[in-house]
Amino acid sequence: MNNEAVNIFDEEVDQKGQYLTFLLEDEAYGIWIGYVTEIIGILPYMEVPELPNYIRGIINLRGRIIPIMDMRLRFSKNFVDYNERTCIIVTDIEADTVGLIVDSVSEVVTIGDNNIIDKPMMSTGISNQFVKNIGKVGDEVILLLDCEKVLMHNEFEKPLNEDE
Amino acid sequence: MSVNFENEPMMDIYIFETNQMLDQLEQAIISSEKQGGFSAENISEIFRFMHTIKGSSAMMLFNTIERVAHTVEDIFYFIREQKPEQLDYSGISDLVLECVDFIKIEVEKITNKNEPDGDAETLIETLKIFLDGMKAESGGVEIKDKPEETKAKQYYIPQEKNPAVSLSACFHALVFFQDDCMMENIRAYTLILGLMDMVEEIYFSPADIADNPETAIEIREMGFEVYMKSDVGYEMIKAYFDKCIFADRLSVREVDERALKAFQKELEVAKPVIPQAPLIDLFEDKKSQPASNEVTGKPNGANGQAMISVNVDKLDKLMDLVGELVISESMVTQSPDVENIESENFHKASLELHKITEELQDMVMAIRMVSLSNTFMKMNRIVRDMCKKLNKEIVMEFIGEQTEVDKNIIEHISDPLMHVIRNSIDHGIEDEDERLIKGKDKVGHIILEAKNMGSDVLIVVKDDGQGLSKEKIIEKAKKNGILEKSEEEMTDREIYKLILLPGFSTNEAITEYSGRGVGMDVVVKNLESIGGVVLVESEPDHGTTITMKIPLTLAIVEGMNISVGRSRYTIPITTISESFRPQAGDCFRDPDNNEMVMIRGKCYPILRLHEHYKIKNGQTDLSKGILIMVEQDEKRICIFADELLGQQQVVVKSLPHYVTSMKKILGLAGCTLLADGSISLIMDIGGLSGLRIQ
Repeated sequence: MNNEAVNIFDEEVDQKGQYLTFLLEDEAYGIWIGYVTEIIGILPYMEVPELPNYIRGIINLRGRIIPIMDMRLRFSKNFVDYNERTCIIVTDIEADTVGLIVDSVSEVVTIGDNNIIDKPMMSTGISNQFVKNIGKVGDEVILLLDCEKVLMHNEFEKPLNEDE
Repeated sequence: MSVNFENEPMMDIYIFETNQMLDQLEQAIISSEKQGGFSAENISEIFRFMHTIKGSSAMMLFNTIERVAHTVEDIFYFIREQKPEQLDYSGISDLVLECVDFIKIEVEKITNKNEPDGDAETLIETLKIFLDGMKAESGGVEIKDKPEETKAKQYYIPQEKNPAVSLSACFHALVFFQDDCMMENIRAYTLILGLMDMVEEIYFSPADIADNPETAIEIREMGFEVYMKSDVGYEMIKAYFDKCIFADRLSVREVDERALKAFQKELEVAKPVIPQAPLIDLFEDKKSQPASNEVTGKPNGANGQAMISVNVDKLDKLMDLVGELVISESMVTQSPDVENIESENFHKASLELHKITEELQDMVMAIRMVSLSNTFMKMNRIVRDMCKKLNKEIVMEFIGEQTEVDKNIIEHISDPLMHVIRNSIDHGIEDEDERLIKGKDKVGHIILEAKNMGSDVLIVVKDDGQGLSKEKIIEKAKKNGILEKSEEEMTDREIYKLILLPGFSTNEAITEYSGRGVGMDVVVKNLESIGGVVLVESEPDHGTTITMKIPLTLAIVEGMNISVGRSRYTIPITTISESFRPQAGDCFRDPDNNEMVMIRGKCYPILRLHEHYKIKNGQTDLSKGILIMVEQDEKRICIFADELLGQQQVVVKSLPHYVTSMKKILGLAGCTLLADGSISLIMDIGGLSGLRIQ
């Protein structure tokens, strides 16, 4: 992967059931590939004041200004400094383009409908509300993101830098 | 959803065209009112506009608009045909303008993707009554309500009335096709095929169009001539020809049966020869034959188009791209690696590149420039309406309406301008009697002037009214508690400035047009949002001048880049009055912990950016950083930053939508890319200083 941009050329038709998997801490997450426009290494970013802490700032992606969101902070995990394995998954979700910062990107997997199960009800944990359902690939379990929920913002978030 | 989406381009065009036509229509009415009556051209112009609006609305299935347009069209049809002698011009103008307003509101709704649900019944009723009244007055000659209208409402049928529709009449038609349509003979042939159902006899020249491609050239040069005998009436024939695509000019007229026979004979005798004489006759005949002066030049002919309309989004995108190009150009040519290259060719080439990118940027800016004349023209309507209501006579004069400003700015100045002009008419210009007593011309004058001044545009509204009354302003300011200084201390200018404050309106009686106390401060606010300012000057009994100073463009700002910690900010240079490193002794805090600095005997509040925006690693020692004094709306504040990075022209980009939808960050106007590709946040000083000074 390195810092090179990887474009994903798949057509809409082939994208059904395809997920890009990435790691956060030790958990594997999956994001539907239709949302992903490209994967880039971490870029220098500009902090924007008064935003929730998980919005790290904005980056210049070939002239486009896009906000980047740290998925660890979004899921209330510990912040870890970015390294050469850190990736930004650039996504187009509804009208917004947002970069998601993840520990590392693994692969694209195909998960059939029969291998996708509902997540248990009544679960606790903050990251859980962002998980739509759970996919199985062999022995591995992949948490499939509910992207709309990830981007949704509520009023009670802590502003940037206050808790670090 | 998908259906809507597909309709969009058509809808865009509909909205665009309709708005344009409504504007022109308005101008036509107002100008004819000025001339004291409708000229024949104006009547047919208005008729044509209404007709087009009717047609396109019907096509888009906006029935209410269609019906309103239709009724107005009827009225103007009547005027055009009957030329009634006594016409209630102002009555008609009022009515038509009312309709224009109605359609405007409906189109507005459509633009905002709402249902055009306005109720036009009463309006249509009034129009009908008016038309009936007109008909009755003109003696009831021939009030034959066009029967074809009812049977095919959505169909293009010109309402030409033919005084004598005999059962079977002969017609002559001459068609010229558009220059570049090619295959004229085939087009003519399709025309004839379509006519076959409508006519009893038909003769045409050149005759062998179906199998002789050479005739195409003949038709191109001489036109295509058709004689026919038919009982469908002039209207139908004319309508058929009107619909014929690619026709550039055409004339249709009724002729004597003998002409038809003569033509027929001529065809038989000398087939390939085109009868020259009748052709010339035909054009000379025009004046004597009323029906034939309909040589319609199709308005949207494909050739010679010098203007195109482009979606603003595309322009914005182009602008963005060019902005990026400029930045990457400087990233390449000014990169330290490049500086080591000792090749003359390379430096020549990079110089050339620099020149081209700069030119390109200028060009893109120029494309976005729009002349102010449309905005000015709109003001005519306001003057007219208000003069009528208030019974004043006012002439508005334009100077320099060709001055161009950025498209984005135009949208923002229409409202403030309207407000100012309303104020001038309502409060400024006196009644006729009063003017006469004062020895002024009884007609009031308003001069609307636009001119360039450096990177700003000045828009001046000057009236010759009574001027502002200082006493009244002060009295009012006192009453509303907005007087900050004692009145003796205030200069004239400061007094006049009071009228720009919120909640100020000197007119006791609230009129329909102004005087709700939301007057001038709204103007100021609107202009501020685009970086403009308002100046007021006045001379008692000689009038008031209100000057609006507006930047030429919003897209490029001359800015000072500063750094705070790792972050970069850009402050618009126009707001900066000075920057300095304070002496430790000059800075102090008041008991509320507000920090201040004393400069030349005056105190200014300090805003620490690192504190305000919680930026890490910022300089905290005032004597090691730098204070930048900025001014907006008479308020001054000192911004504390780490250091100045330098002055630069920056291309303004908006913050990503995701960020702005999350929170409106006060004090940030947007962002920009610096020469090294990093991002800087552009500060909105107005928003910022509002935080500190109440």
